[in-house]
Formats: sequence, structure tokens, C-alpha cells
Amino acid sequence: MSENAKLPLDSWHRAQGARMVGFAGYEMPIQYEGIMAEHLWTRESAGLFDVSHMGQIIVSGPGAAAALELVLPGEIRKLGVERMRYSLLLAPDGGIVDDLMVTRLGYADPELCGLAEGETVPDDQEYFYLVVNGATKHGDLAYLREILPDAVHVHHMEDRALVALQGPKAGEAFARLVPEVAALYFMQAGGFTWKSPEGDIGLWASRSGYTGEDGFEISVAAEHVEALAEALGGDAAIKPVGLGARDSLRLEAGLPLYGHDIDQETTPIEADLGFALSKRRREAADFPAASMILAQREQGAERKRVGLAIEGRQPVREGARVVDADGKEVGKITSGGFSPSLGQPIAMAYVPADLVEPGNTITIEQRGKAFAGIVTAMPFLPHNYHRQPKQ
Amino acid sequence: MARYFTEDHEWIDIEGDHATIGITDYAQEQLGDIVFVEVPESGSVLEKGADAAVVESVKAASDVYAPVSGEILEGNDALADEPALVNTSPEEDGWFFRMSLSDSSELEGLMDAKAYKAFVDSL
Repeated sequence: MSENAKLPLDSWHRAQGARMVGFAGYEMPIQYEGIMAEHLWTRESAGLFDVSHMGQIIVSGPGAAAALELVLPGEIRKLGVERMRYSLLLAPDGGIVDDLMVTRLGYADPELCGLAEGETVPDDQEYFYLVVNGATKHGDLAYLREILPDAVHVHHMEDRALVALQGPKAGEAFARLVPEVAALYFMQAGGFTWKSPEGDIGLWASRSGYTGEDGFEISVAAEHVEALAEALGGDAAIKPVGLGARDSLRLEAGLPLYGHDIDQETTPIEADLGFALSKRRREAADFPAASMILAQREQGAERKRVGLAIEGRQPVREGARVVDADGKEVGKITSGGFSPSLGQPIAMAYVPADLVEPGNTITIEQRGKAFAGIVTAMPFLPHNYHRQPKQ
Repeated sequence: MARYFTEDHEWIDIEGDHATIGITDYAQEQLGDIVFVEVPESGSVLEKGADAAVVESVKAASDVYAPVSGEILEGNDALADEPALVNTSPEEDGWFFRMSLSDSSELEGLMDAKAYKAFVDSL
């Protein structure tokens, strides 16, 4: 553990009774009172997660949107100010280097852009805020700097912490601290001021997350994150939640975990993330490996990521083999565990194209024992996002 | 009745040539919420150190080994319906299996309660 770095909230986690483990190069809280209790609390109230290990990156400069479209298959040029989307950082061969959230910033977002008061930027400057996975952030930075034109600046904000507040009571609880955040809908973001007892503290908040629940991801200067965690943690609706429950929550929500369910060897279509390919980008076929990915989209990929409800009570785990009637390996479990909300084991797997229809039963082999898995549409549990009403 | 402990965090109660085996309070605390337990079938003959049972938490699967050699007399069927008994009563109602003892000299290398406590404190 000694080679792992400490997060800004390290001592706060320990004071809350966290059990710390090494993850993505950091010592992180895996649980406080227990994974099951923390999971269920997040689904009924609100959980506070420290995700400061994730990479927060500003991509800025003239033509930053066009530059990002060199490596992301989504609509970035027409992304509105303070609007965000999920996207995939693609390798030249169409493999997934990382998955991420990208937000267009207005020029006047000094909280994230680090502009001095009164400082202005030229009209041709564009600013984007990226949140990438912790284990992959250094590789992502190197890749972005290699591919993007020199005029586009890639800045890693190492002095900022990130916490997530997730759950049906996250909106009302956060609004008790910062009333203005109530105006955000799902996948919207903005800069806010928290009038803390110690003075005004700038926050960047987006209404998004990784649990399938309503909630926020809140970026704050590392020096202020403990005060923020104290203030949020003092709300009766909020309890700290560790990495263990973060994993079981995202699995129920059907959300892939990079390095497990998606990686350089999987394509967006195989990963069932075709929604990340925006219409204009598909028509222009101007993203990495577009011809291969679009052919897969038309004709179907040979394998696909699916959800599985596992019969019985014993979970299947990452690495278990999906087998055919002859016992030959035809796929792999990429995530698996016990669903606290459903009270049964669930999993994600890559299976051959002829097995992907919901309702199909597939066979999984783990430690010499056969398990039955029913292909199930994801999310396993309905998402509970605070979406903007249709106009 | 004598109770012994292993470095794998199992407890073993000895009555004559019968042993009752479970995992310690420290072990259940480390594992977290137990969601599934598979106990061995009656009649299985196991060597010391062989895989005897599987215990699964939300996060991970772990093996429980036979701490001594012998024949399985019964598994704790209550754990199939209520695996959380291992969390709530690890050293009583949450026992895993009973077995006969084929070589009582195998008990000699095991720890007593005091030695096990010192072992856990050293971790």
C-alpha cells in the first residue's frame, strides 16, 4: 500500500471508519459501514463518494472542439455551453482507450479555467472539461497531447478534488448547501459558489454520476474538499459510500467499468455503446476506425456486451467462462457480483451475436461448476435521472 | 470442548473425534456482507488443506479449507437460506460443517484462543 498516493480526503475517510485499499495508484475507501448498507442507502437517500482519483482535464484553444473530434466519436462541435455528454476516447484501430465525460465550458467559467478576474480570452478560444478514469488518466493525457494540434492545450488539473453525491435525496440535500444547483437537469453543469462558514468557495457541479441515480459530481479545489465533505456529510440524508458499493451500484445501472467491461480490445459496437456515435459523426465517418465501426454497426459485431441475471444465489465473477453446449469457451464474464437491490447475482459478459437476445439462457463455467445466466436488458434497475422535461 | 484456530481464520471445536468448523469473527469482518455459502456434502473425504467450502461476499469469493483430514458428517444447511448468519453469528449459528477427525495429531499445529488473538493483533 505504501507505493499508493494519498487523496486529499485521506484522513477524513479514516476518521469516518473507512477500510482503505489500493486502487488506481491511490489509497481509497472500499467501504465504511458495509457495502450492502451503503449500496441500499444510496438507492433510498444519498451517498457521498470520493472520486478524486479520476482525471480532470481542460482542453482549450482555437479549434478545441474539432480537435477533440479527432479522438471522440460524439457531437462535440455543437455541444452547448455547460452541456455534457458521455464519450469514448478511441484508438486509431477503434479500440477504446478510455470512457469519459466531456463538458463545453463558457468562456466565463473562471472556476475551472483559472482565469483571473477581469481577464478575457480571444473569441476563437474553446474550453472543454473532461473527466477520465483514474487508472488511465496518464495514458489519456499522453495520447491527447500526441494527437491534438499544438495550438490546443491539454491541462491536467492535479490540484482539484472530485466528489460524487448520488441518490434520490441528492438534489434536495445539495440544494441545502448551494440552492442554485436545483436548476440543473441531468447532463447539465455549471460553476457555483458555496457560501461556507469559512467564506465563499467555488464549485463546479454537474448533474451526472455512475450509479443510475439522480445526483452530482462536484469539482472543488483540493484545499477545500474536506470542508465540503464535512458539510455534506453532516446532512442527515447523506452518508459516505466506498468503492465497493460504487461498483455494485454501477453494475445494477448497466454502466461499463473501464479495464473490465471495455478496453483497447473492445469496440464501441461490441461494447453496446453505439449511442456514443453521434448522427453527424456517423454520416461524416470522420472518427478513428470509422469504416470498421460503422460496418459493425450495420452488420452487427461478432460479439456483444450483455447483461445476465444469474440463477441461484452464487455470483459469477470477472473471468468466468461463457461456454457452448460442448463446453467450448465462447465468451467471458467481465463484471459479476451480487445485486443488493435485486437480491440476486447479476453480471456483464461478452457473448456471441446469436445469443444476445434478452431471454436467452447461456451457460457459464466457474471453478468447474456450471451456472445458468438469462440475458437481460440493461439497466437491471431503472435509471432515476433528473431529466429536463420534453419541451 | 476445546476450540482451536488456524492462520486461515477458521475455528475448530473438538468433541471426541468430531470437529465443527467455521470462520472467525475477524474473517467475517474482513469479508463483509456474505451473500452465498456452499458447504461440502456429507460423506466427502477431505485431506487437510483441501477446498471444503466457498464463501462469497458482495465483492469476492473465498475458499474455506479443511483444517484437518477426515470425513464430512454434515454441512450447515441453514446457510443456504441465510448466508448472513456468518456475519451475525460467525462463531456459533454460522458454523460451516462438521467432520470426523482421522488424525488427531493434526491438531498440534493449531492455535488456541490466546495465540489466535495475538496472531490477529499482529496483522
